[in-house]
Amino acid sequence: MSTTAWTIVIVGATFALYLFIALRSRAGSTGEFYVAGGGVPPVANGMATAADWMSAASFLSMAGVISFAGYDASVYLMGWTGGYVLLALLLAPYLRKFGRFTVPDFIGDRYESSTARIVAVVAAIFVSFTYVAGQMRGVGLVFSRFLEVEVSTGVLIGMGVVFVYAVLGGMKGITYTQVAQYVVLIFAFMVPAIFVSLAVAGTPVPQLGFGGTVAGGSTFLLDRLDGLHRDLGFHLYTERSLPLPELFATTLALMVGTAGLPHVIIRFYTVPRVRDARISAGWALVFIAVLYTTAPAVAVFARTNLIESLAGKPWAERPAWVDPWVATGLVRFDDRDGDGRVSYVGPAAVDPASGLPIENELFVDKDIMVLANPEIAGLPNWVTGLVAAGALAAALSTAAGLLLVISTSISHDLLKRTLLPRISERGELWVARGAAAVGVAIAGWLGIDPPGFVSEVVAFAFGLAAASFFPAIVMGIFSRRMNRHGAIAGLVVGLAFTAGYIVWFKFLYPDLASTENYLFGISPTGIGAVGMALNFAVAIAVARFTPPPSSAIQELVTSIRTPRGAGAAHEIQVP
Amino acid sequence: MPTPPPPHGSSASPGSGPAAGHAAAPAAARAAELEAYWRANRRLVAGLLAIWAAVSLGGGVLFAEQLDRVRLPGTGFKLGFWLAQQGSIYVFVVLIFVYAAAMNRLDRRFGVDEA
Repeated sequence: MSTTAWTIVIVGATFALYLFIALRSRAGSTGEFYVAGGGVPPVANGMATAADWMSAASFLSMAGVISFAGYDASVYLMGWTGGYVLLALLLAPYLRKFGRFTVPDFIGDRYESSTARIVAVVAAIFVSFTYVAGQMRGVGLVFSRFLEVEVSTGVLIGMGVVFVYAVLGGMKGITYTQVAQYVVLIFAFMVPAIFVSLAVAGTPVPQLGFGGTVAGGSTFLLDRLDGLHRDLGFHLYTERSLPLPELFATTLALMVGTAGLPHVIIRFYTVPRVRDARISAGWALVFIAVLYTTAPAVAVFARTNLIESLAGKPWAERPAWVDPWVATGLVRFDDRDGDGRVSYVGPAAVDPASGLPIENELFVDKDIMVLANPEIAGLPNWVTGLVAAGALAAALSTAAGLLLVISTSISHDLLKRTLLPRISERGELWVARGAAAVGVAIAGWLGIDPPGFVSEVVAFAFGLAAASFFPAIVMGIFSRRMNRHGAIAGLVVGLAFTAGYIVWFKFLYPDLASTENYLFGISPTGIGAVGMALNFAVAIAVARFTPPPSSAIQELVTSIRTPRGAGAAHEIQVP
Repeated sequence: MPTPPPPHGSSASPGSGPAAGHAAAPAAARAAELEAYWRANRRLVAGLLAIWAAVSLGGGVLFAEQLDRVRLPGTGFKLGFWLAQQGSIYVFVVLIFVYAAAMNRLDRRFGVDEA
């Protein structure tokens, strides 16, 4: 069978599976729609969280990014996993005990303020749309590359599938499809990685392989790659090239932002008990770590392979896997000196004979690394179909989780808790479904016709979550004294500073975006760390000089600190 | 690990009120115990987060260059690079499981575990 036929069969089979699960787990109440009735076992929730978290970017782009940035890309590896420690130790168990449905629920109730609730709703919706646009785009790209349909057709098919399980099943449908999607995506990521590791390093464990020697040789793979980088004038693969404050701040901002993202937090409302919320975060990280510890190995294998098969070689002798990518424009060779050989060099390359700089002639898009992996390793063509299905699973599972946050924010936080407190449960459930449907439509539109700023605003998602949700929730749990005035002042200062800094360098004055002009040399991606510190400082200072919260709220804080008595997540009673 | 305060209530029947079973000034005694529970909890979290920061932000970022002079024996991994791309993630996983186990113990010792 051809690669396209295999892809259709495998993608079709996985989609049928997702729809089957969705139809088996329809939501009958708001409790089921928002938090799957609070009855998800911790290991299943961990798996669903992992699929929720790992997006098209984790699956397709991350290994490629590491491959090109080397050590500097460690910020993503540590940042996007370290956040789970914060989540498990500082947030998840207490929010589970608190026992409502959403993040704005906690902020609004703990600080007795509808202003704070609405700020949280707007931030949650903004963060989620930013993210979901990228997922739908990823769905469209995978379809167009492997099934030779238009990007827009691909997005429409993806929208249809998400529509069925997110709109019908809510959190209940999403959770069990995400478990299936995790299995598909991790299998699809690991099969090529294991085979490439066997071929390059002679071991089936990629995590060990990239620290070992070249298969059949005595040189360590990483030393060889550093040597190649030195010869070609790139910065050394295993060494830092960005300034230290930038790496520190970005790692911290991604960690804290991860812990503050609403679509991750709400997953911990779905388990039965507080102790399940703690262990469930551990399982989530185990499942995430499988992919995140493999990606840097894949990056080293792919990087070495790319350099050795192309750099300095005649273009006419290029390997067969290169041509399809040249056709899509993602690999480009521009023979500037006309000698027919590929000069693939970094900015520091000089000709040893003449001492003149050498021009780079090869351009490789970092996104192709994972997709080209099976072909580079010479794997059978069904593996390519599997990788396509894995990328779709990663994109769809994340999109569904985000759509649920959007729909819950509108039906629960905005309508039930703010505008229409007397709406019936049936009515609320229908609004939730309607909001999910509208969310799918907007996400699809953003995916088909993405405004130019979509990729620019991803820094926003983490920065805003770090500077707003994380400090507000942590102080709400760990300080009985923190009051409405302090929390709102902190939120406003943290959000305004972070958003202002990002808008300043990303939109108003992109020409100024360089290390010399940045505050402490920190780029917009890492500025959320500073925004978070400001939020904490301002909130604590303001709370000192304003009256403490009511005794009812102080008792609420005391009660969320002990696990006993955690019931299922529930609706508050409207008097 | 902090020294355990006197055990309480793990034998009390589930669902009984916090002060059940005490005769004199039960509410105040229970409140003091819950304060002790919370202090032990905070100490545990602070200790684990110190390791969390030391391994990733410390070993993986701030001191990676110095640690890179050492290699993991028998491998091509320089220590700083390995911590940044592998080691931190393994440590994170262990930290969460240690936390979950230690908290379950603490919950039982202070009688605040879930039935």
